[in-house]
Amino acid sequence: MNGAPPVAASGLLFNSAPLHALVLGLVVVSLCMGVAAWSIWYERKFAARMQNRPGPTEVGPWGLLQPIADGLKMLQKEDIVPAAVDRPLFELAPLLVVVASLGTLAVIPWGDGLVIADLHIGVLFALALSSLMLLPVWMAGWASNNKYALLGGMRAIAQGVSYEIPLLLAATVPIVLAGSFRLGDIVEAQAGLRWFALWPPGPGAVAFVLFFMASLAEANRIPFDIPEAESELVAGVTVEYTGMKFGMFYLAEYLHTLIASAIAATLFLGGWDMGPLGAGVHWMVLKTLVLFAVIFWIRWSWLRLRADQLMALSWRWLVPLGLVLVMASATWVVLA
Amino acid sequence: MLQAVIFYLLAIATVLSGLAVITRRNPIASAVSLVVTFFFLAALYVMLGAHFVAVTQVLVYAGAVMVLFVFVIMLLNLRGTDPRELPDLAPRGLVGLAVAGFIGMGLVVSIDALRLVDMGPVADDFGTIQQVGTIIFDGTYLLPFEVASALLTVAMVGAVVLAKREI
Amino acid sequence: MNPYVPVAFAILIAIVFSLVFVGLSYYFGPRRPTKTKTAVYECGMPPVGTTRQRFSVKFYMVAVLFLLFDLEAVFLYPWATQYSTLLDSFPGTFVLGEMAVFLGVLFIGWFYCLKRGAFQWD
Repeated sequence: MNGAPPVAASGLLFNSAPLHALVLGLVVVSLCMGVAAWSIWYERKFAARMQNRPGPTEVGPWGLLQPIADGLKMLQKEDIVPAAVDRPLFELAPLLVVVASLGTLAVIPWGDGLVIADLHIGVLFALALSSLMLLPVWMAGWASNNKYALLGGMRAIAQGVSYEIPLLLAATVPIVLAGSFRLGDIVEAQAGLRWFALWPPGPGAVAFVLFFMASLAEANRIPFDIPEAESELVAGVTVEYTGMKFGMFYLAEYLHTLIASAIAATLFLGGWDMGPLGAGVHWMVLKTLVLFAVIFWIRWSWLRLRADQLMALSWRWLVPLGLVLVMASATWVVLA
Repeated sequence: MLQAVIFYLLAIATVLSGLAVITRRNPIASAVSLVVTFFFLAALYVMLGAHFVAVTQVLVYAGAVMVLFVFVIMLLNLRGTDPRELPDLAPRGLVGLAVAGFIGMGLVVSIDALRLVDMGPVADDFGTIQQVGTIIFDGTYLLPFEVASALLTVAMVGAVVLAKREI
Repeated sequence: MNPYVPVAFAILIAIVFSLVFVGLSYYFGPRRPTKTKTAVYECGMPPVGTTRQRFSVKFYMVAVLFLLFDLEAVFLYPWATQYSTLLDSFPGTFVLGEMAVFLGVLFIGWFYCLKRGAFQWD
C-alpha cells in the first residue's frame, strides 16, 4: 500500500503509459460529455412521463436526437455580453465551471485499471476538485453585475460549503472500512457484494444516504436547488448568460451530477465489481446511471427547501451525524 | 532535464500570478489570481513528492480560504480605488521592499545552511497520506495534533463572538 | 511516469473541449448588440439601485465554520487511512481514543455555536 505505482500494472491500453492516459482521457471525457448531453433528453422524457406528457418526440425516434438539436441551436444563438459586466471574469467563468467538473473524471475508476490517473489520494482529489466548482459559479454571479445572479452566486457558495462538510465526513466511512485512500482499493475492499452501503449494517447505509444527500446539494439539485431557484432568482448565476456560455453551465450541472453519482457508486456500491455476476465497466456504468436516474426521480417528486432550513439541516444535524458515523465505523473495525 | 523545465515553468507562473494578486485593482480579480497561485503551488508540491500537502493545498486554500476571502470582500464591499485618492505610497513601498529583502536573505541563508544537496533520495512513501497518518498517530506528533483541535475550537468561538455579538 | 501527468492531461483535454465549444459559438453566433439588449436584466423592469451592496456577516460565519471543519476533515483523513494499519501495533482504544479526544474538543466548539445560534440563518 505504501508508495504509488503510477499506473495500475494491468489493463494498459498501449505500451506507453502517457499514451494510455491521453487516449483514455479523451475517451472518458468525450463519453461523459455525451452522456451529460443525452441525459438532458433523458430528464425531459423522465419528467414528461411522470407528469403524463409525451416529452420530446420530434427530433429523431422518441426525440433521441434532441440534445444535438439543442446544441446546434445554442451554437447559433447570439452571445450577448451586457454592458455592465466584468468582462474577463464573465468570459472565464463558463470555461472554468466545465474544466472543474471534468477534472474530477481523472481519478474515477471505471474498471480494474481503467482509470486515467490512479492516485493514492484519489478520494480527496475528487472531492477537492468538485468543491472547486463553487468559485467559478460565484465568479459568474459576481461578474454578471446583476442582483439575481449575485444572490444566486452567494447562495451557491454558502450552500456548497455547508454541504461540503457532511460530504467529506461521509466519504471518511469507506476509507476507514477499506483502510485505503485509493478509489481502486476501496472498490476491491467491497469485492463479493460486500458493498459499504449494505455492510456493516448500521453506519454504511446511513453514510451512503448522507453522501448522496450532500452530493445532491453540491450539484444544486432539488431539493437543494436554492442557488438557481427559478421562481425567486429567475435562473441564479446564469441570468445574463446566453447561447453556448449558458450551455456550458447547463452541461457542467449535468456533468457534476453524473460524476457525483459515479463517486457514490465507487465509494458505496462496489464500483465495477458485481460479485458472482462478474466485474466490468458495464457494472460501474449501470450503477452510475441508476443513481443518476434516482436524482431525476427525486427532482421531479420533491419540493425545494428554504434557504434557512437548508443551512440549519446541514450544520445542526448532518455535520454531527457525519462525525458519529465516522466513529461508529471505526468502532466496527475494532470489533470485527 | 524535463523536470527542471517543468519546475521553472511552474515557478515563473507562480510568481507571475502572485504579482497579479498585488497589482490588480479589482479585489475579485486579485482573489482569482490568488487561486491560480495556489494551484501552481500545489503543482510544485507534487513535484516535491508532497502529495498529501498538494491536495490539502487545493482543498483548504483554493477551496476554503478562498471562500472566506470572497465573503470578506463582499462583507466590506471593497471596490477598486482610484490611485489618485490614495496617500503617497512611496515610503510604505520602501519599507515593504526592505522587509521583503530581509525575509528573502533569511531564506537564502537558511536554505544554504541546510545543505539540501547532501540529503539523498527520499523514501518511497514520502509525502503520502499513509506516512502522514503514521507519524501523527503512532505518537510522534500526537500532542500537536490534539492541541490543533483546541486551536480550531478557539477559532470557532472567536468567529461566533465576532459575528454574533448582539445576542 | 509521475501519476499526476495524466491528471494534467485530463485538465488540458477539459480546457480544449470547453474552448472549442465557446469558440464555435463565437464563430457561428450573430453579434448585434443594442442598448436594451446589453442592459442589466431584472425581469423586464428598469434596473433599481446598484448591485454592489454589502452582504450579511452570516456569510462570513459560514465561511469560517467551513474552513475550520474542512481542516478537521484534513486531520481525519490520514487517521482514517491508517486506521486498520495502526490497529496492528496499537490497542483499539488508543487509536480510537486519539480521534475521540480530537473530535470531542471540536464538539465543544460545535455545541457553543449551536447554543449561540450561529447555525440559524435568519
